[in-house]
Amino acid sequence: MNLQQLTSSAKGLVKSFGLPRIIIGLFLLSLFITAPFVGVNIGTSLSDTFNRFGMNAVMVLAMVPMIHSGCGLNFGLPLGIIAGLLGATISLQVNIPGPTSFLLAILFATPFAVILGWGYGQLLNRVKGGEMMIATYVGFSSVAFMCIMWLLLPFSNPTMVWGYSGTGLRTTISTEGYYRHVLNDFLSIQLTDHLTIPTGMLLFFALLACIIWAFLHTKTGTAMTAVGSNSVFARASGINVDKIRTLSVIMSTWLGAIGILVYQQSFGFIQLYMGPFYMALPAVSAILIGGASVNKASILNVVIGTFLFQGIVTMTPSVMNSMIHTDMSEVIRIVVSNGMILYALTRKAEVTR
Amino acid sequence: MTLHMTKTQKLLRIMGNNMVPILFLVICAFGIPLSGYSANFLASEIVIRISRNSFLIVSLLIPILAGMGLNFGMTLGAMAGQIGLILISDWGIVGIPGIILAMIISTPISVLLGWWCGKILNMARGREMVTSYIIGFFMNGIYQLVVLYGMGAVIPVRSNALLLPRGYGIRNTVNLIGIRRALDDLLLIRLFGIPIPLATLLVITVLCLFILWFKKTKLGQDMRAVGQDMEVARAAGIKVEHTRIISIVISTVFAGYGMILYLQNIGTLNTYNSHMQIGMFSVAALLVGGASVSKANIRNVFLGVILFHLMFIISPMAGKNLIGQAQLGEYFRVFVSYGVITISLVLYEVRKKRDQHYVGLQLAADQEALQ
Repeated sequence: MNLQQLTSSAKGLVKSFGLPRIIIGLFLLSLFITAPFVGVNIGTSLSDTFNRFGMNAVMVLAMVPMIHSGCGLNFGLPLGIIAGLLGATISLQVNIPGPTSFLLAILFATPFAVILGWGYGQLLNRVKGGEMMIATYVGFSSVAFMCIMWLLLPFSNPTMVWGYSGTGLRTTISTEGYYRHVLNDFLSIQLTDHLTIPTGMLLFFALLACIIWAFLHTKTGTAMTAVGSNSVFARASGINVDKIRTLSVIMSTWLGAIGILVYQQSFGFIQLYMGPFYMALPAVSAILIGGASVNKASILNVVIGTFLFQGIVTMTPSVMNSMIHTDMSEVIRIVVSNGMILYALTRKAEVTR
Repeated sequence: MTLHMTKTQKLLRIMGNNMVPILFLVICAFGIPLSGYSANFLASEIVIRISRNSFLIVSLLIPILAGMGLNFGMTLGAMAGQIGLILISDWGIVGIPGIILAMIISTPISVLLGWWCGKILNMARGREMVTSYIIGFFMNGIYQLVVLYGMGAVIPVRSNALLLPRGYGIRNTVNLIGIRRALDDLLLIRLFGIPIPLATLLVITVLCLFILWFKKTKLGQDMRAVGQDMEVARAAGIKVEHTRIISIVISTVFAGYGMILYLQNIGTLNTYNSHMQIGMFSVAALLVGGASVSKANIRNVFLGVILFHLMFIISPMAGKNLIGQAQLGEYFRVFVSYGVITISLVLYEVRKKRDQHYVGLQLAADQEALQ
């Protein structure tokens, strides 16, 4: 078969990729190879992988601007997610069914993302060098703060609030009737009974990825890269470092907001309260698996990383379950994702401080 | 010549340096009357919390001394302590001997984990905190592998009360009936109707004395030197990497003991959750006590335990009485815990910059005086 071909091409990638990524890639490959032998349908697996890829890719993309401007890994992704959640809930409150609600959600999320991102950017500018730890806790505390707000904000759409008291949002809200699967079903291709490709969602990601790619090649985008690689040099060449960094944080926050909306339309539910709490870690490890480092990332890293990470998350439960009748996927997911972050944090050459 | 600050500047500086404890005093001052709890109830709760949590919080002090920031990797020690407790529960060893044996079992595991953690933190210099935080998550995966799949299958655990029905893996909650309050009840006296677990407090006092003594030893001084400036310490012939690893090992071992004391007070072990929260709560409590990422002492520990847990006890009732929802108070205290850590971390970074600024001004003043 083309197994040899695949392994040889994998060997070629060793140099550019680094060992951990190769191990993860080979692991995923072996999962796909063993899948048919243990009675797991390849079509379903691929379809699930594509689906999850589309769901998470935008949130992984949200890492790129901040890494480029030297703000490190965006552990504060929950802040962007909160902007997205505000957009989603307000859109449902306005109560216009169908695909329009998705556009409305994006529209409503944008001002929140810009305001929150601006504040977050101002904060990060004051703590240069310690961004990642503070970002983590900014994410956590904003999620905890919003827990209070979800209880108190005056939402009234009966699909969203608790039935018996009439106040306070539910922990999960269905997007059924609003924007559930609007992107998934757009131009979706049914190849076989089990294999469906969510074209619309992939296209949407491709569109955003292209915008970011194009942006990074504009004058401002180049300035952003310059700030990330050497901020002293960037300042010397007349770039307003703080302004560029704030812009990158706003972009990351906005992408996080859009990311969660894409996630919700495929998942079918809006998860409030502690839902966004740990969402940063999978996104961070995905981009690192894709070959990014603490201060360098490309769109290609996003695509490869999300595919590998989500592939493993999709494949391990089904394959492992059929093989040894125990679900060790959770453990594997934790070890792989956090191991990858640890690997990236400990690379000596990249310690810039 | 020194740069003189005006009185208001000095006052602002003192206020700024103690902003978090002051904020908490205000919250508690408003919250106590709102909650409607009696002074006696609050006092006895606080005593319980002090005996339960301070050992864990003290374990954070030594890495701060060595300049490694808040050791979020203390969860590693907590895991080691929990493994010790699971094993002694299986062997059916009860009371004080059980606690001591659990501590003995946890020690080598803690040392190994702490050494490994220290090694990794040496590779991630300059971002120890976020790395130690991720190490906690990473080891949680390994811990799950060992406890959920290894115990009963590879590591012999026989008790049916501990094992899941499938024959291997530990249950979600383990009842630590054998050692429940064993140390607390050893020397329990009542003062004005408030039960005081003297034995536990004695152990904590001994630990505090150890920390005070340790700071004065050669190793303690080395750690302080490493914490101040790694390069200067290296030039002075201190083995920097080694010293840093030792500080993490000590912290991890103490965290393990602290976890055992904590769980003997609670009496039940949430096998897969207990250790994850403990790091966050301990760090938050220490910071509430006025500690910073680079400076902490025993006073901060106790002030922190009292203020932080006072807020914890009163906030659900205060939330209920204020707005009619206890849930709101619950969320409020979670928010405050995370918020405090965020504010402290931000203040630390801002202050570091400001101090650099002062050093710069000082230098400029000196230069001018010379000319």
